Amino acid sequence: MEGFLNNGLVRWFDSRLPVFSYVNEHLVVYPAPRNLNYAWNFGSLAGLALMIQIATGIVLAMHYTPHVDTAFDSVEHIMRDVNYGWYFRYMHANGASFFFIVVYLHVFRGLYYGSYKAPREVLWWIGLAILLAMMGTAFMGYVLPWGQMSFWAATVITKLFGAIPWVGESVVNWLWGGEGIDNPTLNRFYALHFLLPFAIVGLVVLHLWALHHKKSNNPLGIDYKGPQDFIPFHPYYTIKDAFGAGVFLIVFSIFLFYAPNYMGHPDNYIPADPLKTPPHIVPEWYFLPFYAILRAVPGKLDGVIVMGLSIGILFLLPWLDTSRVRSATFRPVFRWFYWILVLDIVVLGFCGANPPEGAWIDIGRAATAYYFVHFLILLPLIGWFERPLPLPDSIAKPVLSGGPAPAAAIARDKARGERR
Amino acid sequence: MKRFAPAVLALALSLPGAALAAGDAAHPEQRSWSWDGLFGTYDREQLRRGLEIFTLQCVNCHGLKYIRFRNLTEIGLGADEAQAIAGQYEVAGDPDEWGDPTVKPAELHHPFPDPYRNEAEARALNNGGLPPDLSLMAKARADGSNYIAALLSDPGYNEGDPDESGLYRNPYFPGGWTAMAPPLWDDMLGDGATVEQEAEDIAAFLTWAAEPRMEDRKSLGLKVVLFLLALTGLLYVCKRKIWAKVDH
Ligand code: HEC
Ligand code: HEM
Repeated sequence: MEGFLNNGLVRWFDSRLPVFSYVNEHLVVYPAPRNLNYAWNFGSLAGLALMIQIATGIVLAMHYTPHVDTAFDSVEHIMRDVNYGWYFRYMHANGASFFFIVVYLHVFRGLYYGSYKAPREVLWWIGLAILLAMMGTAFMGYVLPWGQMSFWAATVITKLFGAIPWVGESVVNWLWGGEGIDNPTLNRFYALHFLLPFAIVGLVVLHLWALHHKKSNNPLGIDYKGPQDFIPFHPYYTIKDAFGAGVFLIVFSIFLFYAPNYMGHPDNYIPADPLKTPPHIVPEWYFLPFYAILRAVPGKLDGVIVMGLSIGILFLLPWLDTSRVRSATFRPVFRWFYWILVLDIVVLGFCGANPPEGAWIDIGRAATAYYFVHFLILLPLIGWFERPLPLPDSIAKPVLSGGPAPAAAIARDKARGERR
Repeated sequence: MKRFAPAVLALALSLPGAALAAGDAAHPEQRSWSWDGLFGTYDREQLRRGLEIFTLQCVNCHGLKYIRFRNLTEIGLGADEAQAIAGQYEVAGDPDEWGDPTVKPAELHHPFPDPYRNEAEARALNNGGLPPDLSLMAKARADGSNYIAALLSDPGYNEGDPDESGLYRNPYFPGGWTAMAPPLWDDMLGDGATVEQEAEDIAAFLTWAAEPRMEDRKSLGLKVVLFLLALTGLLYVCKRKIWAKVDH
């Protein structure tokens, strides 16, 4: 890169528009903590997934027709007659699922290592905004093929806005563009589905801006002390991210080529029929925990509010978590509750997938309650009462002096010894 | 960190299954199909037997709108044979000199026509039931291929009589009673096949109709996955080599 930047032509251009030094600054010499583990791969994977969605989405948009009479047929036309149409369509549909998989892992990485804490609160907020925008995009995208689940999921979700007091009904009609879900609804969802991913790109730029301003957190969760804590992004993390992308693409390809409908619902291969409600309306898997929270609360308005709060409280997380230690590695109590929370969210997912009958109702309510108890009660309390393990002096020190044993393990062994 | 992976796998693998487990209809038996597995392909002969059953029976009540007659060449028919099948069906032609509608024989680019003019006629002639288009049936039902085979071959269904309202008992059909009279019988093609075999053949044909690009998909998939495995292996080696220079 050095040589490249010294090339006369490059220097001429760069002094007028510094794209090359910008790339150099942010992707080449950019200082990254030397101890990032593979949990730090999910950010670049989310970026890859976004690019895949945009690229395949543009191709689909060239053949798709947003009209209630022809949308379903046009998707089948893509699947059967367009060259490699099946490939782009399955890539887009499975790509959405994989986008959520890597983003959820990315978020849980942040929860584990306390990446939301000062000074990265704004970075965390932008991440949550991206998650919300992704949810909107995926929801509207799922409506486009105009299958039974498309139609009925759209019905269930848009009708939620009817719970708003006084103006609910008008809001719903405004969203629909009429008295029911019909062609105007499909058209506006298509327009927004096309637009929102580019808004996400904008948010991603802000996300990276905030990240590079304050630099990455790391598995030890401690602040950097000096240049010895860093290594340049290139070649260390470019190669590590490339390897991660390879692994991601292998898993993605296995679904894409060998089980492309595994994460979909068979009912969406039945054309939408406004007169025939499917026996079980279930959203895509990535919405199931939220769907479970929605249904756990009696009363439509309350359900909507609580579901909104389930993401809303995450914006307050930097203050709800009162511990100043970031990484769960040094938080023996928090670590337990972290995994209980993960389990709780998986249980919520199952509740969302099953009809709200029998035991599922109680399990759903308990799991919803626990979700809020975790964030609103347990997290502040743990922060006050927990005695964190001793933190290493710096990122570089345990790495450079401690030999092959990872710092975390040393710290943990030490703590065990002390307790005994 | 290592615990991330199992938790996520469990989430990813169990949720869709859980969502589909609901429902009270009988679960179809798992059969083995020629297209199972990484290398499985459609058995062209089986598909052609399925096509014969389809054109003999199902086509009287069901459409197959996403299959055009020219697509039949993909399962081993010659263009002339596909043309001959097309010629047995009528499609709308240009209006005549008085502006009245006309009909003409279908051609290769036409899809299988729907047998009824509209839903009312379809229901009137089928005891209130509406025979759905079968193009996507194998994908529009959970475990579609096994479901179709089980639905059509159930012995109780095939031997049973209709109830007072003309419905037939079938444990696989949602709700347990269907307006479709058992459409298969032994040796319907004169080749000595049983209902059981015929049900598999028509299920195979409908699976192809729902997913005609499956063979392309799997063969491309194999190349892509092998390429990615090699590439990723190489990247891993590079990564090890580059990182060997730093303590971490
Ligand atoms: C005499 C008319 C008739 C014929 C012939 C016929 N069907 Fe049907 N079929 C129906 C009707 C009517 C229904 C709707 C049943 C209902 O709603 O109760 C139906 C429904 C179906 C279904 C959908 C079941 C579901 O899950 O909704 C399948 C699959 C099916 N038929 C397959 C076939 C196949 C394969 C053949 C040829 C071997 C065939 N049918 C021949 C009338 C017919
Ligand atoms: C944030 C990125 C995106 C996500 C999460 C997303 C998600 C989805 C989903 C879940 C579907 C339904 C798939 C199905 O069941 O068939 C869909 C369909 C569609 N999307 Fe996207 N999408 C994204 C970006 C885009 C972009 C950028 C475009 C166009 C420029 C686009 C165009 C389309 C079209 C035309 C369809 C309908 C065809 C189909 O259903 O296969 N998408 N999208």
